[in-house]
Amino acid sequence: MLLAVLSGFILAALVPWLHPRLGVRAGWFYALLPAALTLYFATFLPQIAAGEVAHFHYTWAPGLGLDLSFYVDGLALLFALLISGIGTFILIYASDYLAGDERQPRFYVHILAFMASMLGLVLSDNLIALFIFWELTSITSYMLIGYDHENEYARKCALQGLIVTFGGGLALLAGFIMLAVVGDSYTISELLTQGDIIREHEWYLPLMLLILLGAFTKSAQWPFHFWLPNAMAAPTPVSAYLHSATMVKAGVYLLARMHPAIGATEAWILLCSLIGAVTMVTGAYFAVRSTQIKRVLAYTTVMALGTLTMLAGIGTEKAMIAFGAFLLAHSLYKGALFLVAGILDHETGTKDVLKMRGLVQAMPITALLAALAALSLAGVPPLFGFIGKEYMLEAAVGAPSFALLLTVMATVAAVLVVAAAAIVAVRPFYGERIETPKQPHDPPYGMLAGPAVLGVLGLLCGLAPGVPDALLISATASSLAGEPISANLALWHGINLPLLLSLFALAAGALLYHNWERVRGWMGRADALYARGPEAGYERLMQGMMWCADWQTRLLQNGYLRHYITTTVLTFVVLVGYTLITRFDGSLAAGLDVRFYEWIVAGVLVAAAIFACRTASRLAAVAAIGVVGFAIALLFILFSAPDLGTTQILVETLTVILLVLVLFRLPGFVSFSTRNQRIRDGIVAALLGVTVTALVMTTINYQFADPISAYHLEQSVPLAHGHNVVNVILVDYRALDTLGEIFVVALAAIGVFAMLKYTLTGESQDRHRRLTRAQEQTTGDSAERAEGERQES
Amino acid sequence: MPQVAIPVLLPLLMGAISLALHRHVAAQRWLGVIGTGALLASTLWLLHTVWHEGVVVMHMGDWEAPFGITLVADLLGAIMAVLTGIMGFATAVYSTATTPRGHEHFGHWPLLHLLLAGVAGAFLTGDIFNLYVWFEVMLLASFALLILGGERAQMEGAIKYVTLNLFSSMLFLSAVGITYGLVGTLNMADIAVKLADVDQPGLVTVLAVMYMVSFGIKAAAFPLFFWLPASYHTPPVAVSALFAGLLTKVGVYALYRVFTLIFTHEVDFTHEILLWGAGLTMLTGVLGAAAQFEVRRILSFHIISQIGYMIMGLALFTPLALVGGVFYIAHHIIVKTNLFLVAGAAYRLLGSYELRDLGGLYKHRPFLGFLFLVPALSLAGLPPLSGFLAKFLVIRAGVEEASWGIVFIALLTGLLTLYSMIKIWGEAFWHGTPEHVPERDVAALTGASPDRDLWKLYLPIVGLAALTLFIGLYAQPLYELAEASAKQLLDPQIYIDAVLGEGSS
Repeated sequence: MLLAVLSGFILAALVPWLHPRLGVRAGWFYALLPAALTLYFATFLPQIAAGEVAHFHYTWAPGLGLDLSFYVDGLALLFALLISGIGTFILIYASDYLAGDERQPRFYVHILAFMASMLGLVLSDNLIALFIFWELTSITSYMLIGYDHENEYARKCALQGLIVTFGGGLALLAGFIMLAVVGDSYTISELLTQGDIIREHEWYLPLMLLILLGAFTKSAQWPFHFWLPNAMAAPTPVSAYLHSATMVKAGVYLLARMHPAIGATEAWILLCSLIGAVTMVTGAYFAVRSTQIKRVLAYTTVMALGTLTMLAGIGTEKAMIAFGAFLLAHSLYKGALFLVAGILDHETGTKDVLKMRGLVQAMPITALLAALAALSLAGVPPLFGFIGKEYMLEAAVGAPSFALLLTVMATVAAVLVVAAAAIVAVRPFYGERIETPKQPHDPPYGMLAGPAVLGVLGLLCGLAPGVPDALLISATASSLAGEPISANLALWHGINLPLLLSLFALAAGALLYHNWERVRGWMGRADALYARGPEAGYERLMQGMMWCADWQTRLLQNGYLRHYITTTVLTFVVLVGYTLITRFDGSLAAGLDVRFYEWIVAGVLVAAAIFACRTASRLAAVAAIGVVGFAIALLFILFSAPDLGTTQILVETLTVILLVLVLFRLPGFVSFSTRNQRIRDGIVAALLGVTVTALVMTTINYQFADPISAYHLEQSVPLAHGHNVVNVILVDYRALDTLGEIFVVALAAIGVFAMLKYTLTGESQDRHRRLTRAQEQTTGDSAERAEGERQES
Repeated sequence: MPQVAIPVLLPLLMGAISLALHRHVAAQRWLGVIGTGALLASTLWLLHTVWHEGVVVMHMGDWEAPFGITLVADLLGAIMAVLTGIMGFATAVYSTATTPRGHEHFGHWPLLHLLLAGVAGAFLTGDIFNLYVWFEVMLLASFALLILGGERAQMEGAIKYVTLNLFSSMLFLSAVGITYGLVGTLNMADIAVKLADVDQPGLVTVLAVMYMVSFGIKAAAFPLFFWLPASYHTPPVAVSALFAGLLTKVGVYALYRVFTLIFTHEVDFTHEILLWGAGLTMLTGVLGAAAQFEVRRILSFHIISQIGYMIMGLALFTPLALVGGVFYIAHHIIVKTNLFLVAGAAYRLLGSYELRDLGGLYKHRPFLGFLFLVPALSLAGLPPLSGFLAKFLVIRAGVEEASWGIVFIALLTGLLTLYSMIKIWGEAFWHGTPEHVPERDVAALTGASPDRDLWKLYLPIVGLAALTLFIGLYAQPLYELAEASAKQLLDPQIYIDAVLGEGSS
């Protein structure tokens, strides 16, 4: 089982090496893998049909709670078969569809990796592993939507799909972690048995909402549905596979999978059935509004996903059965229809249904296959789509809450879908022939195999519904319910409300198609409203984020060092000051014992510091700083540290001399800042001074332990053999510090030397300059430069 | 045991020899690769020893603790040292083909060694003042590397860098002074023991906040990060890559060290501040990146936002959170350095870091595209790469503590990080070669004029990408390391006993 799931990744990794060796039929070779997988999964059918499940367990990273466990029940097997089965035909189809495209190898890498991820997703029994595969499908989908990557529209659509699904994915991750904490397990099959505990927990509502958010974004539920039609920028095999048959169903799969654990509460029923119904109607509406064949199909996919969500929400036994049947039916006919759409696009050179008519003579087989699939989509007996729709209507009629509303919405959607089916399968093929950009004819058999097999399967399932029922549908419904259900699918239910609604939908849909031009005109008037819809919201959100990013970056990283220093200093003052005031309950050193000459030294020090800030002469400033230094040296001496004092005097003298030599030729200070700025800076500086002073005056009162210097003094002669303890500390006790400081001095020397002697010239810089010249900078760290340049001029 | 001293002394020695060889660039290059390779080997030996024998301690000059300087390697220190070795080696190999010759003449190699010495010293010292010294070594070495070349933009960035970092050093030194005044010792284990008995906990908290601000500047946490985006995009890319991987992490490491070993008496207060800082750091960093259109600037802002996740691990202060934090640091260093290296390879091929000048990389160099996607998607936290697992751990820790605010910010930051990475991907890789770029500038890209040294750029990139994939696909070893190190961090007595001897407190 592990090999079955991972084989797709392995083959994907080998594609860059294999592809040049396989020639034009590479797609057929890759298709062997999903074909083999289909057979492998089919071997599970008897076991699953008998109501059993299969477990596989492989450890991965147990510390993280991450296992590669797999769980095969009806739901998982139905998906696995769809993924590998449809995948086989997609790969074969693609080898003709993309013939001659040099980017082919990348396509196969991504689609094989996607297939493996999707299998992992539906088979995983570990929440985290499921999530990992979930995100892998998002990223492979991104790569595939952006297949035509030099086209800006494709890039934009790919990004939109990724942001929406990845954003939802993050919500899902949070939901999963909460679920794992509540249920104390990452194993899905264990969590499924703890539904009652989970539903009782105080975290239930947030975790359910988060999981629904993940599922809804992935399965393009309203209001997140907009990314799916845009994903049609991908090549058609991708649209058929990812954006109709498999990936977008991952969200619906999750709803079904989690249903026994977190479903069937009031909030769940309300959200799933209503959002699902709204999505269903929205999708069906826009399917009829569109004229681009892939968009029509994409919107009917949105409709189908909405329907499935609604069924997962209704949650009755009928709804579960309908879920399984509708899912299977949809995957079959929609996969086929997309492949037909791809054929039309490939052969005629246009995707617009208004630009193709009367193709039936040129492409009779395509027309037949299109009709077969579209009849299923429209829900015409005896195709399997009819059964799916019957059960769906039945579930809506029998819904425990909002039954009337759901029935009306389901009927409206059904009417619109009949029209959409006609748009796809009638409009291009019949009527008066018009010229298309390319001369059309039936495509190579590789491209017909997929729609033919899927279409015929749809017919066979409809004629003998007992077979899929016995093999899979009942088992799927049981997975949803968490208890055994027997579906007993049948084509004929007797004359009841759903049948009447079905017939009504067919008639009304045909009428609608007949008046399509006019209806589209009416619908066009509502476009202005749609322009303010969810997609505009997404755009608005992204723009808002960018605006906010710009604004905060300009505010914070504005390029002015003085602003940076002010912020840093204030952070220190606020944090330390706040802590000192609120946390410390002792007192400041009040009764300081200060001699009068100490006051004098301190006074000189402060006066010199103030003078250094205020003077306009560089020399005077240097001299004032020198005074500060000497005053400090004097303090050292007064507090009986003559060696420190001597060092300080030497350093100060040298510094002052050097500074004077350097600065002597420079003009006096120019004042750049306004009076207010200086006052503000002065306040900040004063605050820092006050804070540090307060700190020192507090801590000076306390000494909690004897300093280690006693030991240093004591052992200086006997152990270190040195009479000057300061020297001993420097070269023995703490020699490593001294070593480090020696290197600090060496580093400073290297730096100064390089600064003086080495400036970058030559080719490399020219090239860089040429490219970066006159480019806008987005942080402010060039603003200061610009300001400096202004001042120079 | 000497294992703990070698990673510190070896690069010092290499730096000194390199300096002596300043006229022989080729010899310096060889020494650069061999020296950093030896550093990597020595750190692996150290990690091996710590894993099998527990905390490794060496009293320098044989002065027993707390009277001399003690070098200490617990698991966190050893992991950080290994990462230093890996990054040093990777960037040294990369440097051999990308550093301008003039830079090599004027001290690139000695500075590189000494920077690594400073970083390793900071990770392995057990003495708070000695930590200050290694900070200084690091600061000066990085400053000199920043200004090498003397371009105006470099000077501008370097001045901001050094000014703000000196302020941090000043705060650090003041805090050390006050610490010594209070407890009369500099050995960190000894400080921990003595501060634990203090009857004035408010004062200890004040001291903790001083260290927090000082190390917060080093770690580039909100709102103290200004020096980083101002300077990281100016030096040659190998240097940026090394800085990006290691420098801020020294600040993070210092926070981890003092806020697990020393200041754990008032977690409700100190770690709450850290948590707020973590959230704001994540958010401002990632928004800053969204506003940039120059690859190195984008990446620089992302360093900041990722620091937030690491601090989040410390701030939540549960076993799982610390595991996640350590895991995050390890993952992040590898990924971040690699992203800069990939940016450098793109620069090599197209001569620019500006997104509007880049393009066509995916068409002509799909393998480089893959090498970019591995670290980029890992940074964004996409499974099954290392970043996902790191993020997963800290977020799970947040959920368990019911810290919803930080969990929300951490998730949102992940989304925005992906947005930024995809922006680079879309513009530099997917986008066609821009029309305004002259023909001769894309000759290297299309293979019209092959670049024979390109493999020296690819080699470290491939190595680091492989490491990222390995951590993602086979997470158990790193997880166990992180778990064991978190255990040590949460039980400071292990560290204290190792340094001061059993039963010393």
